[in-house]
Amino acid sequence: MGGYAPWNADVAQQLVARLSGLEGAMLPVLHALQEEFGYIDSAAVPLIADALNVSRAEVHGAITFYDDFREGPPPARIIKLCRAEACQALGCESLVAELARSRGIVVDQHGAADLVVETVYCLGNCALGPAALVGDQLIGRLDAPRLMALCDGAAPARVQELPPGAAGRAAP
Amino acid sequence: MSAATTRVFVPVDAAALSVGAEAVACAIAAEAAARGLCVDIVRTGSRGMLWLEPLVEVEVAGRRIAYGPVAAGDVAALFDGDFLAGGAHPLHLGPTDALAWMPRQERFTFARVGVTDPLSLADYRAQGGLAGLTRALAMAPAEIVEAVRASGLRGRGGAGFPTGIKWKTVLAAEAERKYIVCNADEGDSGTFADRMLMEGDPFVLIEGMAIAAVAVGATQGYIYVRSEYPHAARTLRRAIVAAERGGVLGASVLGSPHAFRLEVRVGAGAYICGEETSLLESLEGKRAIVRAKPPLPALAGLFGQPTVVNNVLSLASVPWILAHGAEAYAGVGMGRSRGTMPVQLAGNVRRGGLIELAFGVSLRTLVEGFGGGTLTGRPVRAVQVGGPLGAYLPEHLLDTPLDYEALAAVGGMLGHGGIVVFDDRVDMAHQARFAFAFCAKESCGKCTPCRIGAVRGAETMDRIIAGEDRPANIDVLRDLSHLMTDASLCAMGGLTPMPVMSALTHFPEDFDPPALSAAAE
Ligand SMILES: Cc1cc2nc3c(=O)[nH]c(=O)nc-3n(C[C@H](O)[C@H](O)[C@H](O)COP(=O)(O)O)c2cc1C
Ligand code: SF4
Ligand code: FES
Repeated sequence: MGGYAPWNADVAQQLVARLSGLEGAMLPVLHALQEEFGYIDSAAVPLIADALNVSRAEVHGAITFYDDFREGPPPARIIKLCRAEACQALGCESLVAELARSRGIVVDQHGAADLVVETVYCLGNCALGPAALVGDQLIGRLDAPRLMALCDGAAPARVQELPPGAAGRAAP
Repeated sequence: MSAATTRVFVPVDAAALSVGAEAVACAIAAEAAARGLCVDIVRTGSRGMLWLEPLVEVEVAGRRIAYGPVAAGDVAALFDGDFLAGGAHPLHLGPTDALAWMPRQERFTFARVGVTDPLSLADYRAQGGLAGLTRALAMAPAEIVEAVRASGLRGRGGAGFPTGIKWKTVLAAEAERKYIVCNADEGDSGTFADRMLMEGDPFVLIEGMAIAAVAVGATQGYIYVRSEYPHAARTLRRAIVAAERGGVLGASVLGSPHAFRLEVRVGAGAYICGEETSLLESLEGKRAIVRAKPPLPALAGLFGQPTVVNNVLSLASVPWILAHGAEAYAGVGMGRSRGTMPVQLAGNVRRGGLIELAFGVSLRTLVEGFGGGTLTGRPVRAVQVGGPLGAYLPEHLLDTPLDYEALAAVGGMLGHGGIVVFDDRVDMAHQARFAFAFCAKESCGKCTPCRIGAVRGAETMDRIIAGEDRPANIDVLRDLSHLMTDASLCAMGGLTPMPVMSALTHFPEDFDPPALSAAAE
């Protein structure tokens, strides 16, 4: 996370132009903008509306409907904590309580803090809960010490990058 | 070169990675290099025994020997114990295919998951892949559809609608353009089979979609993957590139006159996008508000064109059916539930993971036999079957067989096959409250019973939990549940009463706990 480019209308215009030919281009365009800038600047709305030939209201409607899209710069770090049933069965709510007790962190509260812990419902890791997602890295069997370490900025493990069709090889 | 190269298998499944599989793979590579040994580390999906992850396998004399759960810190000791030759070590489990979980399963759809390199098309072919598509290309469209119908395959996304009948409708529809849409939104808590399949054997999904395309005359497909699955989306994109290069996708499917192109689209954090019409709205780039049916998506789906919308598991079951014959698939199962179901054991369970077997097995066999009871070692009090809209069942209903009709008969549903286990510390009134709160949060807002009813339901549960006029509030709860069941436009509002009412029916003591007032004294 972090390392987003500052908002730039020209770059945004290029991203939008590159994807606008897709069928149903709205979500791909919004994702691409958010990947580049970390959020969707309000100045992007007319660009998208023009390129996709829809009203600004429709663009704004799409941005606000989906939880993933942000309308302002993101905090430096985001921990997505699963609070759905299978993780409830393994005590995810006690992690929420622990965050509040020992760190004063209120889940889903976006303030000036550079760290936000957000609720998500299921990360597909329900047999190894409680689960969390940091960037693209899924975390299983999360406990309070590990969560606090993540809050302190500990790196989640490296994400696997597998080249297509190639097995990893190691030889002397 | 010292000895011959030994093949070592380490999963790249996201669940395995979530407990350190990547560090284990790196440690094995480093340790082998330091000792001057030749290893070929093959990354695979997960075998489904998630409590054993990271599960490392070594190929010894053509057989795979399992070690697990392996931590990076165990790796040096594994080499000391000569694990490359299947040597003894406290983590040594024996041959993988003989582990207690494996021989009892019938792995049709998940045959290759955990076995092969998910992105090697050559491995896929070598392990029986593309046989179904090859056969389909030699058949008339109506014959393919008939094979799927005769297999008895029902939609694995939740509604259980016969897949062959859906395809028949799309085949019969006249249109310039038709679509195959794969529902990979897998939002139900307690489910991860779609994810494991997409990460562990993406080609079988691609093949299933290609067969669907050939069968109904579609030329474009989309896989709508939830954004919570970045790893699955990445694997699928790479697999699609490999399938295009290998001639499976593109202007000519395996040299035939059929063109089929496939694209991954990523959702944006809305549970309702799993509902098929909401998903179509989302693919079209709109707010994902549920559409009224009719028209059926099969007739007027994506961009108004005839569209097959199927779950990942439904589509991924088709290659097996075409390759082995409809009778072979229909030959296992019970009643009107034919074939196999990939069951997902989750929550507070000692041995959680994915089990594929024929319908008819009891919940007890799954939870107690495969699962070994709770992780905490406490008694099982409730299981929720079928996701957040599914029923909470008490221990005495665990003898219910896995079967669409049998589960409906006890007031539940199979849904997408997730089973979430809770121990005796669960508070069922809180679970009922959560069901409403979840519905309120995820409702698309189109209809009042769901949008307002869910909010009212959560408030009513708050009063019940606080001990305010319980009998009257429980009446309100019942009325509200009836209203939501009868008057909601889709199953989001329509089924939210299922977890609520099952909790009230089977665990009434949690809705009227004398302990509450006693404890306050
Ligand atoms: C609220 C709601 C959420 C749903 N979520 C999913 C989902 O995540 N995945 C899925 O395949 N089907 C889901 N469904 C079912 C779909 O609407 C639809 O029945 C299914 O995609 C059809 O495919 P199938 O026949 O292969 O199951 C959901 C339905 C509802 C009402
Ligand atoms: S039941 Fe809920 S989710 Fe379904 S259409 Fe109505 S408001 Fe939308
Ligand atoms: S319920 Fe938490 S990962 Fe599925």
